[in-house]
Amino acid sequence: MTTATATIAYKVPKRRHPVLLFMTQQPLGAAGLVIIVAMCVCAAFAQWVAPFDPLTVDYAAQLARPSAAHWLGTDSFGRDVASRIIYGARTALAIGFIASLLGCTAGAVIGVASAYFGGKTDLIIQGVMDVLLSFPIIVLAITVVAVLGNHVVLGVDINLIIAIAEPMLPRVERVVRASALAIREMPYMDTARTADYSHARIIFRHMVPNVSAPYLILLTAFVAQTILAEASLSFLGLGVTEPTPSWGLMLSGAAADFYQQAPWMIVFPGIAISLAVFAFNLFGDSLRDWLDPKIQL
Amino acid sequence: MSRRACFGDPCHPSLVTHFSSMLRFVLHRFLLMIPTLLGVALLVFFLLRLMPGDPVATMLLGDAGGANISREVIEQERARLGLNQPLWVQFFKWFGGVVQGDFGVSMWTGKSVAYEIGIRLELSLQVAVMATILAILLALPLGTLSAIFKDSWIDQAIRVFSIAGLAVPSFWLGMIIILLLLTWFSWIPPLTFTPFLKNPWENLSQLIWPALAVGYRYSAVSTRMMRSSILEVLQEDYIRTARAKGVFERLVVARHAMRNALLPVVTVIGLEFAFLIGGLVVTEQVFNLNGIGRLFVQAVARSDFTMIQALVLLVSVFFVLVNFVMDLMYAFLDPRIRYR
Repeated sequence: MTTATATIAYKVPKRRHPVLLFMTQQPLGAAGLVIIVAMCVCAAFAQWVAPFDPLTVDYAAQLARPSAAHWLGTDSFGRDVASRIIYGARTALAIGFIASLLGCTAGAVIGVASAYFGGKTDLIIQGVMDVLLSFPIIVLAITVVAVLGNHVVLGVDINLIIAIAEPMLPRVERVVRASALAIREMPYMDTARTADYSHARIIFRHMVPNVSAPYLILLTAFVAQTILAEASLSFLGLGVTEPTPSWGLMLSGAAADFYQQAPWMIVFPGIAISLAVFAFNLFGDSLRDWLDPKIQL
Repeated sequence: MSRRACFGDPCHPSLVTHFSSMLRFVLHRFLLMIPTLLGVALLVFFLLRLMPGDPVATMLLGDAGGANISREVIEQERARLGLNQPLWVQFFKWFGGVVQGDFGVSMWTGKSVAYEIGIRLELSLQVAVMATILAILLALPLGTLSAIFKDSWIDQAIRVFSIAGLAVPSFWLGMIIILLLLTWFSWIPPLTFTPFLKNPWENLSQLIWPALAVGYRYSAVSTRMMRSSILEVLQEDYIRTARAKGVFERLVVARHAMRNALLPVVTVIGLEFAFLIGGLVVTEQVFNLNGIGRLFVQAVARSDFTMIQALVLLVSVFFVLVNFVMDLMYAFLDPRIRYR
């Protein structure tokens, strides 16, 4: 007895991983992602990647030129510039990610709530956001730093993070609110209201997940902003304090006095800042094109 | 959201109601600025009062160690600056003055805030204007080219140039500029500022570099806006119509596309101009310029409350005014926007 095995010839459409899909469709964004991942790896494994300890002072090697031992030279304390940049990535990325996450999440929740409640609540929240929007990012951050002072917990300056996150909040709030206003009119929102769900449940279970596309886009775009803000604040002496390695800090203080004799002290940290911000901008831009081209950053 | 105006709409503004609705729109927008500015004033004032640093303590105890300064002296000084009054009294005294154009006296120098700002404003304003001119000169041609030759190597190069402009911190760019000028021309930033009317050449050669450092980012933002704006306009029906009736492509871009694409670009340029102080805060530090940005950083370091309040208010008044003018321009230039 033979059984006829019928083979149906149809091609199963290959389901490719979304990350792979993104990489092929947005090559520039992929390049940004690669740089970001490389930086994260360097920051996470700084102990093994960095050739020297970033804090060890070596007066014998003050202001040494870039060489085989010190790839990017040393600063006025004889500290290895390359190692300080690698450890500085840790500071920049940690503060950047945490501040961006904080600012975007708070902004998204407030934006959704503002759109959901509407009416007077919306009007008041928009009024407050208009006030916050009329400050430049750095001016607002400086003011908040001045008000809060420093408060270090687990090696991270909490108040610095708040100061950097806070200016992002109204900018995220605006975009998210606009998306949420459209969602409010969806039929499933009527269903949720008819089912007598609580405000919190509707906001967090039904609305917040649906604004995740703008949220993700803003999150990546604002990591670039927060890294830049941290560098600027540290440069002005209002951010991270010595001896913690920070890119902005490496450009201030002694660097400002000696950089004419030892240009490597400022050239490389600046490249590090630019590269990080560049990578996040590239990635954020492509992510927007890929997910939702209509969003204005 | 305004309702769409169409000719079937019974509320469509006839010529008679047109003028009065326009006036109402202007007035409405103008009145909307008041709560925002009041909010800014309240926020800054009370935020600063929450600050742990006390201006008197910073001033008297700062460098001297402060052990030999008695409580009495401090209290006297606080009384002199009016810091011992209830907060709301302080606020109304200050805000009442501001409304009449009196920003009070700097808590650090003892001179009037208006004077301190006045002597520095010329410099900062000049750098800002030069940066704006630079940004416009770069952004309009580059953005248009990038849009016309979308996805070609020209577009790619311009896009990389402008994304890099967003990434490079202006203070670092300033340091690199100084470094290059030093090695090539052995030029160092002069210690004193030469006003334009005194010696225009010296003045320009001094301020062009900070303007360049701030202007790169500025032009990058505007270039990107110009590109996306032109790309959007090129999709419109009237562009196809213009092409269909045989208008030269160059004229299509110059007359039909660029004009209509300019509005969002002008908005970005205006808003960025209002926010240039943010870039100046760090750039003035690098170039040794005694301008508004530097004054702000110093005021924060010295807890000079009246100075911080005045500067923050100045920036936001400027920002809100630019927004107001932009709203009006949109309404006047684009007849599709209904006055409300």
